[in-house]
Amino acid sequence: MDKMNVTVTINGAPVSREVEPRQLLVHFIRDTPGLTGTHWGCDTSNCGACVVLIDGAPVKSCTTLAAMCEGHEIRTVESLEVDGRLDPIQQGFHELHALHCGFCTPGMMMTCRALLDENPHPSEHEIRTAISGAICRCTGYKNIVAAVRWAAEHPAAVGQEA
Amino acid sequence: MATVEQNLPSPDQERPIGFGRLKRKEDARFIRGKGTYLDDLRLPGMVHGAVLRSPYAHAKIVSIDTARALALPGVAAVITAKDLETLGLAWMPTISYDTQAVLAGDKVRFQGQEVAFVIATDEYIARDALPLIEVEYEPLPAVVNARKALDPDAPLIRDDKEGQSDNLASPTWEAGDKDATDRAFAEADHVVSRDIIYPRCHPAPLETCGMIAAFDPQTGQLDIYNGNQAPHAHRTVYAHVAGLAEHMIRIRCNDIGGGFGNKVPVYPGYVCAIAGSIVAGVPVKWIEDRSENLMSTGFARDYVMHAEMCSKAGRITGLRVDVIADHGAFDSTAQPTKFPAGFFHICCGSYDLQASHVKVKAVYTNKAPGGVAYRCSFRITEAVYLVERMVDALAIEMNADPIDLRMRSFIAPEQFPYETTTGWTYDSGNYAETMKVAMDIAGYQALRREQSEKRARGELMGIGVSFFTEGVGAGPRKHMDILGLAMNDGADLRVHPSGKAMVSLSAQTQGQGHETTFAQIVAEELGIPPEDVDVRHGDTDKSPYGLGTYGSRSTPVSGGAVAVVSRKVRDKARLIAATMLETRPEDLAWEKGRWYVKGDPEKGALIEEIAQRAYSGEPLPEGMEGGLDAQVIYDPPNLTYPYGAYIAVVDIDPDTAEVRVRRFIAVDDCGVRINPMIVDGQIHGGLAEGIGIALMEVITFDEEGNCLNGSFMDYLIPTALECPDFELGMTVTPCPHHPLGAKGVGESPNVGSPPAIVNAIIDALHETHGVEHIDMPCSPARVWAAMQGRAEPPQ
Amino acid sequence: MQTPAPFGYERASSVEGAIAALERLGPEARIIAGGHSLLPMMKLRLANPEHLIDINDLHELSYIREEGDEVVIGALTRHVDLLESELLAERFPVFRDAEQVIADPVVRNRGTIGGSLCQADAAEDLSAVCTALGASAVIRGSGGERTVSLYDFHIGPFMTAVGESEMLTEVRVPVRPGAGSAHEKVERRAGDFAIAAASAAVWIDGGTIADAGVALSAVGPTTVHVARAQELLRGASPSDDLFAQAGQIAAEDCAPVPDGRGPVDYKRHLAGVLTTRALRRATARALHQEA
Repeated sequence: MDKMNVTVTINGAPVSREVEPRQLLVHFIRDTPGLTGTHWGCDTSNCGACVVLIDGAPVKSCTTLAAMCEGHEIRTVESLEVDGRLDPIQQGFHELHALHCGFCTPGMMMTCRALLDENPHPSEHEIRTAISGAICRCTGYKNIVAAVRWAAEHPAAVGQEA
Repeated sequence: MATVEQNLPSPDQERPIGFGRLKRKEDARFIRGKGTYLDDLRLPGMVHGAVLRSPYAHAKIVSIDTARALALPGVAAVITAKDLETLGLAWMPTISYDTQAVLAGDKVRFQGQEVAFVIATDEYIARDALPLIEVEYEPLPAVVNARKALDPDAPLIRDDKEGQSDNLASPTWEAGDKDATDRAFAEADHVVSRDIIYPRCHPAPLETCGMIAAFDPQTGQLDIYNGNQAPHAHRTVYAHVAGLAEHMIRIRCNDIGGGFGNKVPVYPGYVCAIAGSIVAGVPVKWIEDRSENLMSTGFARDYVMHAEMCSKAGRITGLRVDVIADHGAFDSTAQPTKFPAGFFHICCGSYDLQASHVKVKAVYTNKAPGGVAYRCSFRITEAVYLVERMVDALAIEMNADPIDLRMRSFIAPEQFPYETTTGWTYDSGNYAETMKVAMDIAGYQALRREQSEKRARGELMGIGVSFFTEGVGAGPRKHMDILGLAMNDGADLRVHPSGKAMVSLSAQTQGQGHETTFAQIVAEELGIPPEDVDVRHGDTDKSPYGLGTYGSRSTPVSGGAVAVVSRKVRDKARLIAATMLETRPEDLAWEKGRWYVKGDPEKGALIEEIAQRAYSGEPLPEGMEGGLDAQVIYDPPNLTYPYGAYIAVVDIDPDTAEVRVRRFIAVDDCGVRINPMIVDGQIHGGLAEGIGIALMEVITFDEEGNCLNGSFMDYLIPTALECPDFELGMTVTPCPHHPLGAKGVGESPNVGSPPAIVNAIIDALHETHGVEHIDMPCSPARVWAAMQGRAEPPQ
Repeated sequence: MQTPAPFGYERASSVEGAIAALERLGPEARIIAGGHSLLPMMKLRLANPEHLIDINDLHELSYIREEGDEVVIGALTRHVDLLESELLAERFPVFRDAEQVIADPVVRNRGTIGGSLCQADAAEDLSAVCTALGASAVIRGSGGERTVSLYDFHIGPFMTAVGESEMLTEVRVPVRPGAGSAHEKVERRAGDFAIAAASAAVWIDGGTIADAGVALSAVGPTTVHVARAQELLRGASPSDDLFAQAGQIAAEDCAPVPDGRGPVDYKRHLAGVLTTRALRRATARALHQEA
């Protein structure tokens, strides 16, 4: 099948490449700029390991075609830290032990980042609902909920030690 | 010591030198998306593999035609069993002394079995080639139900095995004392019996299994990148299978996206990747997709059990158990014991029984092989589920409170070390104390009042209890080995001239926080900050030999190794300090980080000063070599026996039968806690998995052997909405034989939680609906069927 | 990771363009919007379209607004917008009930009402919602537009009234006084498809049910429109007994099959229970008596 040029903005930088129409967004992100922080876990849009933000909204990149994102803005986990300052979500995950193996963590953090962008003070139920499309096999979610609350309470936290 | 846990950062504990709540060192890369998992690696010249799998559960392979697949541009090779035969790799040994086909040649024995391996320039093309391979099958009737596997007319699955005339995988094995058990039952006041299934489920780590194999045809060196739980053991297996010297094989495990037992075994796909690299002469990456993970790699459980329990004078006195283990098509159960059913005969539980007797036989079926211990020591989950369900059944029969019956029947603190009626030696415990802490946190009496008020209003609420004793940290040489290898683990500690240190381990983390916990052990023993201790693991070229992580082995075995090696360094430091301080070693006393002169505490030497001296040109004790290093192999004298009391509170919708776990209280005694934050995190995670197993995780098959749960659309894993805000508590009974008094904890919550939840569901439904038993998973449909009086076991 | 087979891709810049592409490319072309149902099937190679026509740029199909005596919803309106729409929450709270339990919040950011209806999975919730509300679907082809009642929209499993070279562009829901609506679902786990679900709508006029709608998900080859329950309710006074009878009819008139979600008897039982519950809640809403 013919290849096509796809240009998307990833973490603020335009990324352009000839790809097959069938290339999945998660592969485009991982292969083209080599941003391997975005993982995949299930193939069927059930696990959320592949979540990135498209125009600010969390989306499962394993069931999105790169071609469908032409002209859109994508943010991945690699964008959270800015000039050596951790995002409060990153800091919260570290403070509260909200990650074990780290595999779901990038998708989980992007999902939580989007939640706080829209709802800076979510309730426990709102947090649990927001992450209900993201499976964590390690933490039992308790500390993830706590980490999001920590981040909500420390919106300008400066990450210095992780 | 019994306290209610508070998992909150406490300022004075932020930077413990040694044990305490230390934030994890490994987080730094993970929160930045900088972990290095298998699929993140790209080697120069690397090509991609994909496995063609059988659509049938049982079928003869008539022919395989690879021509069309080979003609697809980008396809480099298609490997079949015939090709592997020429390499001597068509079959591989399993850890359980069976053999397993790497690629099926004669026939396929389960749906999803490996039939061919494609190598192509890219992952998409490799998968495009799969449907182009033409395989002609002649379908055979399939054996799906373990209870029917030994029927005279059951088709023979393992006709490859000489002398095999039925589907018996291993003959009946017994533990305990049959006659004494018969006597206990004859004298009993109450007897109950139940048929109990622990259904097939799957660890399903979020990262699937895979490998990059890079064979260098010039040097003969085989480099393997593969996230697994036992790199050294795997290397030994590959050396054995491929006939290579161990030093020609190097396995590197980078970051691993969860294991839970799924990454213990050697899978056919790994051998295919290795064979593919040998054939193609370039690195081959093979990573299974989620369906392959669920349908072909190590499942867990699948035990069909019949049990009877009896009591006399208000105490539990006897247990009789008869089990059929369903191994699937090959016995590749990943278990290290010398007992065919692993640790199952620990099913006498936490109780001082008069007698018990266990019989287990195993069968082959046309289902995926694997038989891994999904977050438990091998078969302890089944054992604990069985005994804890039976205690509740007996309590109902006796009209007793389930906690009272347990309290009356516990092994008493003064009975330890306690030899169970099946031969295990429990090291320590104060079970009643732990049970009381759980009751306090739960507000047990108030919950019972709430339950009866709700019942009067037609609402269904259940309170379920379980009390488990787990045996972890395999294990003592007399009982365990893997392919003849003793279950020891090594640690190698080097203190650099600056006083900073590096410790290398044979265990490999899959998320348990080894880089932090093991640094804390060295910190505790040497008194240097944990930030100054670098933990190395996962590279067979750079770490000492050992058997890896599963069965909660990390702290019991590798933790013991790290403590002992640290003490060896400390002992050497003492000798050097004596020279530095111009005194005798026996005149020195230790405080964290420093040897000092007894009676003159001002006069002493810090570890970093001693380290500096050890590498300097200054005099050392007579005959001592320079440096401050040590190496040990730790041989655990016994298992450790963590235990815990769990209480689940569930609400059930009387009309729709949906179960909600409203509260879950877990009080664990895992001995000394090195990092309480990590310990609590492990418990949270295991509880979520236990909720999954109790309510939704199951692998089922239809009558033809088609797997019905081959994706995350049908293999359901709990989300944040199914998990309550877990309530933890603890007691601390140090393990008497472990160097640190620690016992291991990662798997306890998975072992202890399913029976608590099922007991809670039955507690909710027994009085109103007469429900005496429900097999897991307690899905709405199954709970509703039980409420109608027609509970069926899962298929 | 599973990967789809090769296909051609083009991006539509207008509805007319999308329809022209469908005509040009023939029956092996499929429209893709959110893609969260279609792409997993393509990755499993259970669906193998030769061409995908991406309509995500057709912003003119993304709206929820009141037009005359109807609420009209563009086919490209995402689940998240249906969930958050104040207009829908006020007029037809059944949408919010359903949207809270459709897949998960991340999937809801991509999935669309048009995709849900056209996928025509019998277990899908919005088809029941729209059927209960007596909505109609606007279908456009090169020859123009036609409107099909939701009662006639689903013609079989994964089959709709939308023709090969047509596309769904809009859903129209009539606004009538005294409306109340609700959706009830039982699922194995958050985010799963329904074991069974029921949507109910009532229009109450002076103490009697002037009109009603009941539809079920996951208990038939396609969305089940429970016409007999509707007839029973029409003209009756709302009562628990009446709703129980309607539930009884729903249990009788559905046609579930056994699967991993449950056996037939349980699904029928749920159809009854959930119909009764949905009617009770819909009525409470119509009467502004919801607790």
